[in-house]
Amino acid sequence: MSGTMTEQTGQNASFGGMAARSSAELNKTARISIRNLDFYYGTNKALKAINIDYPEKQVTGMIGPSGCGKSTLLRILNRMFSLYPGQRATGEVLMDGKNILDDSVDMNELRSKVGMVFQKPTPFPMTIYENIAFGIRLHEKLSRSEMDERIEWALTRAAIWGEVKDRLNASAMGLSGGQQQRLCIARTIAVRPEVILFDEPTSALDPISTLKIEELIDELKRDFTIAIVTHNMQQAARCADQVAFFYLGELIEVAPAAQLFTAPKQQKTQEYITGRFG
Amino acid sequence: MSQAVATPLGAPMGAKSAPARRANIGDPIFALACRAAGAGVLLLLGGIIISLFLGGLPAFQKFGIEFLWSTEWDPVTEVFGAGVSIYGTVVTAIMAILLAVPVAFGVAFTLTELAPNWLRRPVGTAVELLAAVPSIIYGMWGFFLIAPLMSQYVQPALIDSLGEMPGIGFLFQGPPFGTGIFTAALILAIMILPFIAATMRDVFEQVPPVFKESAYGLGCTTWEVMKGVVLPYTRVSVAGGVMLGLGRALGETMAVTFVIGNANRITTTLFGPGNTIASVVALEFGESEAGSLKLSALLALGFILFVISFIVLAASRYLLRSRLKG
Repeated sequence: MSGTMTEQTGQNASFGGMAARSSAELNKTARISIRNLDFYYGTNKALKAINIDYPEKQVTGMIGPSGCGKSTLLRILNRMFSLYPGQRATGEVLMDGKNILDDSVDMNELRSKVGMVFQKPTPFPMTIYENIAFGIRLHEKLSRSEMDERIEWALTRAAIWGEVKDRLNASAMGLSGGQQQRLCIARTIAVRPEVILFDEPTSALDPISTLKIEELIDELKRDFTIAIVTHNMQQAARCADQVAFFYLGELIEVAPAAQLFTAPKQQKTQEYITGRFG
Repeated sequence: MSQAVATPLGAPMGAKSAPARRANIGDPIFALACRAAGAGVLLLLGGIIISLFLGGLPAFQKFGIEFLWSTEWDPVTEVFGAGVSIYGTVVTAIMAILLAVPVAFGVAFTLTELAPNWLRRPVGTAVELLAAVPSIIYGMWGFFLIAPLMSQYVQPALIDSLGEMPGIGFLFQGPPFGTGIFTAALILAIMILPFIAATMRDVFEQVPPVFKESAYGLGCTTWEVMKGVVLPYTRVSVAGGVMLGLGRALGETMAVTFVIGNANRITTTLFGPGNTIASVVALEFGESEAGSLKLSALLALGFILFVISFIVLAASRYLLRSRLKG
């Protein structure tokens, strides 16, 4: 067993040399704390008694087989599920001491603090400039020069400024898939959220674009708390400081990445990361 | 081609060759019938447009290009012009669009974003059934119910309020007859509402949920998602749906004939009577002798209406092409 893991880690190291990125220790301050969270699609219970902390300015990877509830959990963190009737969550999701599941929470404000990047790039059918400006205008009134500055900042942080600075007024639909995804990341950070949720952000991208996004995530955690759902265990190993393994709606194990991948405490986790199911 | 394939297969067994050959005769017959049906539609369309043009040719020759904007229509001295009816057709259709589009948008928005699921189907079906009401019913309803209401309440109120306004006041002056261009446009708006609303609803529903979610994810309200993402994403198809409604409004005959007042003059006020190409043709056909210049003028009007509607509907098909393909 341990031999298999060493091999796997070796592969990771050769893949862009990013295996050693994760922080050795987890940040003690939790940006988001989840307590006794249950989630229902109608009468179907999709998440059972979840307890987990998202450490501030670190990356939490969420892994598990399809249908295990990891994406569901991500969509609770910005109340995206509230768009759909019949979906409800009980328990506590604490952010700044407030339970964001409360009915009194202003969801537009919450979503400006908790941004989300989706599986497929979703540029809006407008220019590159307008794509970024769109989100900013929802929450702030900026002068033209402030807006230009903010857009340059967001595009630079998303590592795409150099590629698009000469065609800000071209349609965003003309960009490649990887560029579109980085544009969407720029659009998300332009609003200056505190938390960014990534829902399998590279599953529609080629390996080079994937690599760029992963480097970007690593760079973004200096300023943002990040949660990433991924199907790719190597990706979780490369990007995440903390990894949570979900199975059938339950959180089986959560631990620092190095520990979870080398010495998992639960039998189920070990079976999953060694590829025995899923 | 099909024979070349069938023969080697059928050749080894004599018993099988007979049905195979019969199928080979059936294939070309079926293909021919289909082609004939397809070509027949084109011939029919061409035939209609040519016969209308030939029928209207004497009028075109007599009055020349001026026929298009001349406002004379005098059967006694045999002077005819299409100006009034083209004006009436275009103005009622455009006003109908202006009245119908905001309501249709509201209906589509409600049905796709706001209404609870159990309400969507009944309301959607009700809107679609508006299209199933025969136009003569709209005409009678408009004439006996709406026109009196307009003359008693709506028009006097508009005349007293908007009629005094500088700039646009002249549109809302004059006696409140009830019938007239405004009432015709209102009835038309109700008639084209289902077409526009149904198109809008369909294209709104085609916006991938993930686009809406990304907008919500930035902190958009429902209205901001609609304005910022759904409308830009669907604007071409929405324009196509509006053109579809415009095409319907241009050619509508019976309901308009009932309520437009049927007078051959152009008035500045929207409450004044007027006519449209379709209403003139419907009313005057009975009184025109075969071979007369008047009949020719009516056929020429028909040709003009055909061309206008054809252009509008072609534009609508063009704008909706991506949706029709998908």
